[in-house]
Amino acid sequence: MSAELAEPASKIELPAHIGGGGEIPTFDVHLRVRRYNPEVSEDATWDDFHVTMYGTDRVLDALHKVKWEIDGSVSFRRSCAHGVCGSDAMRINGRNRLACKTLLKDLDTSKPITVEPIKGLPVEKDLIVDMEPFFQSFREVMPFLINKGHEPTKERLQSAEDRERFDDTTKCILCAACTSSCPVFWTDGQYFGPAAIVNAHRFIFDSRDDAGDMRLEILNDKEGVWRCRTTFNCSEACPRGIQVTQAIAEVKQAILSRKI
Amino acid sequence: MTATQIQSPRSGKISPQYRRNGASKGNFEMAAWLFMRLSGVVLVVLIFGHLFVNLLVGDGIHAIDFGFVAGKWADPFWQFWDLAMLWLAMLHGTNGVRTIINDYAEKDSSRFWLKAVLYAATAVIIILGTLVIFTFNPCPLDVNGVPLPGGFCPAA
Repeated sequence: MSAELAEPASKIELPAHIGGGGEIPTFDVHLRVRRYNPEVSEDATWDDFHVTMYGTDRVLDALHKVKWEIDGSVSFRRSCAHGVCGSDAMRINGRNRLACKTLLKDLDTSKPITVEPIKGLPVEKDLIVDMEPFFQSFREVMPFLINKGHEPTKERLQSAEDRERFDDTTKCILCAACTSSCPVFWTDGQYFGPAAIVNAHRFIFDSRDDAGDMRLEILNDKEGVWRCRTTFNCSEACPRGIQVTQAIAEVKQAILSRKI
Repeated sequence: MTATQIQSPRSGKISPQYRRNGASKGNFEMAAWLFMRLSGVVLVVLIFGHLFVNLLVGDGIHAIDFGFVAGKWADPFWQFWDLAMLWLAMLHGTNGVRTIINDYAEKDSSRFWLKAVLYAATAVIIILGTLVIFTFNPCPLDVNGVPLPGGFCPAA
């Protein structure tokens, strides 16, 4: 049944009267994937794949096509494949992106598209990195509500303005795109990293939380917020559009105003 | 059936390069961060004031010679101005290079030695500069009490 027409990996069939119809344009994509398998070799290499993709496809669809039809040993993480779970952060053309949110048509398909694991974390295989150091920093900022008052019988109410204060940092999906785009983190793995600070920010500025001071004290560390050099790589990398550098600056300010 | 050797799980183990060695005490990094901003603002005033007075006022750049500097350092105001500029610029620059070393040195030993050289150089320049500003004498005398030749000082 090989003569059967290939189906786009993400299939959208809209009838002509609502703007759909017609053929989805196809193009050839040259995918250059960073491969690493410690059971075979200690060295990472580049593998090239040529696939025909559709205008509606994302980098993740190209990776699927490679894995399902060309080389089943290509390894990468992905769960929801729709930009929510945050497991397929990778370095696409040198920038940290979610493979499931990066459309191929937005990239320059005349040149090879490079796909690498995110930097700064130990690579386990191909595009899979060990996220444990990342989650350890996340745990250390205590990303949960701590309230010293009596347990209310109903939900804890909060005004819209109080909620707005930390709205931006609630969007984090822990994909590690920010932390692994940070040049400070590349050389200093002990740095808490943008993601941990963003998640601390989410509770520090929550009016219902009572442990803001504890978190500020944790981030007033040698490896805490003062390590940030405001290069804005994290804000650029965040697939949720969180203003990460601004959140870090707000935590810096909060520590300063508490100490002085 | 042979017993299969199952490796202990690798997850949960964090390699030493990522492990923080306990929380650091004190507010040194915060103070350093604040100092960079405050000294930067003060230095803008000091340096542009310095450039304006030396290069633009009066004869401007053509007036600068040994006598010009000697005249400035006879005034406590300029002594203080230059002292503040020396200390702030040196500490500001040293702290900047310190953060760069922290960011880019990969080995602990290279980080240690780079910082040792940096701090030694800073100490030498600050001490020497401070000494010059306060002990500067435009008309040094030789052992017999006669002014050394130079042409800037009228014979006593």
